[in-house]
Amino acid sequence: MITAKESAAAPLEALPGEAPVGLWARLRESPEWVFVPLLFFVITGVWEWAFKVLEVPLYVAPAPSNIWRSLVYGISSGLFIDNGLYTLTTAMIGFLSATVAALILGGLIAQSRFIERILYPYLIAIQTTPKIAIAPLFIIWFGFGMTSKAIMAGVVAFFPILVNVIVGLRSTDVQRIELMRSLRATRWQTFTMVRLPSAAPMIFAGLQVAIIFSILGAIVGEFVGSRKGLGNLILQMNTNLDTAGVFAALVCLSAMGISLHLLMQWLQRKLLFWVNQEQLPRV
Amino acid sequence: MDDGRTGRSELAAPALIQIEQLEKKYRTRDGQVVQALGPIDLTILQGEFITVVGPSGCGKSTLLNLLAGLIERSGGSIRVRGTPIDGPQRDIGVVFQSAVLLPWKTTFENVMLPATVLGLDRVKAGERAKTLLEMVGLKDFVQKYPNELSGGMQQRVAIARALVHDPTMLLMDEPFGALDAMTRESMNLEIRRIWRDSGKTVLFVTHSIPEAVFLGTRVLVLSPRPGRIADLVEVDLGDERDLDLMTSDRFGTYSRRIRRHFQSKGVIE
Repeated sequence: MITAKESAAAPLEALPGEAPVGLWARLRESPEWVFVPLLFFVITGVWEWAFKVLEVPLYVAPAPSNIWRSLVYGISSGLFIDNGLYTLTTAMIGFLSATVAALILGGLIAQSRFIERILYPYLIAIQTTPKIAIAPLFIIWFGFGMTSKAIMAGVVAFFPILVNVIVGLRSTDVQRIELMRSLRATRWQTFTMVRLPSAAPMIFAGLQVAIIFSILGAIVGEFVGSRKGLGNLILQMNTNLDTAGVFAALVCLSAMGISLHLLMQWLQRKLLFWVNQEQLPRV
Repeated sequence: MDDGRTGRSELAAPALIQIEQLEKKYRTRDGQVVQALGPIDLTILQGEFITVVGPSGCGKSTLLNLLAGLIERSGGSIRVRGTPIDGPQRDIGVVFQSAVLLPWKTTFENVMLPATVLGLDRVKAGERAKTLLEMVGLKDFVQKYPNELSGGMQQRVAIARALVHDPTMLLMDEPFGALDAMTRESMNLEIRRIWRDSGKTVLFVTHSIPEAVFLGTRVLVLSPRPGRIADLVEVDLGDERDLDLMTSDRFGTYSRRIRRHFQSKGVIE
């Protein structure tokens, strides 16, 4: 028998599931904090050393130190910041427009079999077309400015969201719908009060994919024809055989991607507080 | 109409719901028509606690869903205080097999759901929600989320929710079926108390004969599919009922009478 006094005196750390103490225990709990940076230093170290020994010319591929110098120059001169913000803005305009459009269209499709039947073949046709192939047309239609790239970003981001909106709205627990019906709720009430929040975890999984896709779309658009942006910068640097600059721009792009991913994760945790983290679909 | 079963003039309470020749047929995938329920004639009186018991698939839940207006009837009529009804009624509260709480809403917000949907006065409904939550013993859990509550607590929130718009009738579809035996017993006591305090008319579906006898002022016994009224047992065990009652002789007599219907149909070995 454990009395209240004894159990109160028992060290909490000894309980399973509690935070472990000691360096090794902590390391076993979350090895990423040590091994991710460690692996980074090992890879860059070997890379740097191998390039020195093999004397790889800079116009073929850069060593980490070259990339670092380009990165520092690019950021301090404002070159990467300017172009990065331009690309980010383009991608976000596309992403947000795609989100709104996918929510509206997905909502309509999930509500009405009629609309779904009519639109479904077209959606399949559009989705199976490599959308990157239409990028040159967007330049013709919407010019060299930001619009054509934002549309490209939006088009690429649209489908992952749409699919998840439809699947999410369709998979609402039947009992929740019955509950709303028993209260004589209107369609709109059922949609906003039950269907949409129920679908939110699924929709968020789509948004996670889409936000990264939107950067991809913006870059592709810039490759096809542009005057500004990180994609444009990469093309220029490539033409000048500035491989270190290309890599440095890629580092910026991946930093952008990681930040957006983390932002979405944070938003998800804030907004979908009721969902256990393990239950959330992982991307 | 079978007046021996429906008209019960010896009780002074007025009729709340009159069911005549009510039936439900389903069409299966290969085009066959299956009679799921009825035809049934039944009069539910104001303020009574009627329990519906029957074997699985006998149409107990079908009867409840018909009354809730959640499914369409194939024939017959349902009248509430003389007015024929179609579709869900404002005057009815439903408690389902599982609590069906919205996990992103607090206990209080969940109870307020009917008030929000029906556009009731929020201040008045809020007061009522608080009173109801106090009645079901969840005063201290008003701001908790459903995943912080036990199964029994969740079902109590569902009961409070079903009562917040002050319906005349409460429909309960095996509400305690998923709970463990101990919780179930205390919930049975609680729902009796709620019924007596609130003066609601309750229709309670269960597949447990003891539960049906313990709770009901009348027990409606349905036959195996297609569900027809096999018996309508008036349970004269008084208003004050405690768990000891379940081991009494009189309780046993009622249970045996109901069980015999199923034994004769080969549902129980």
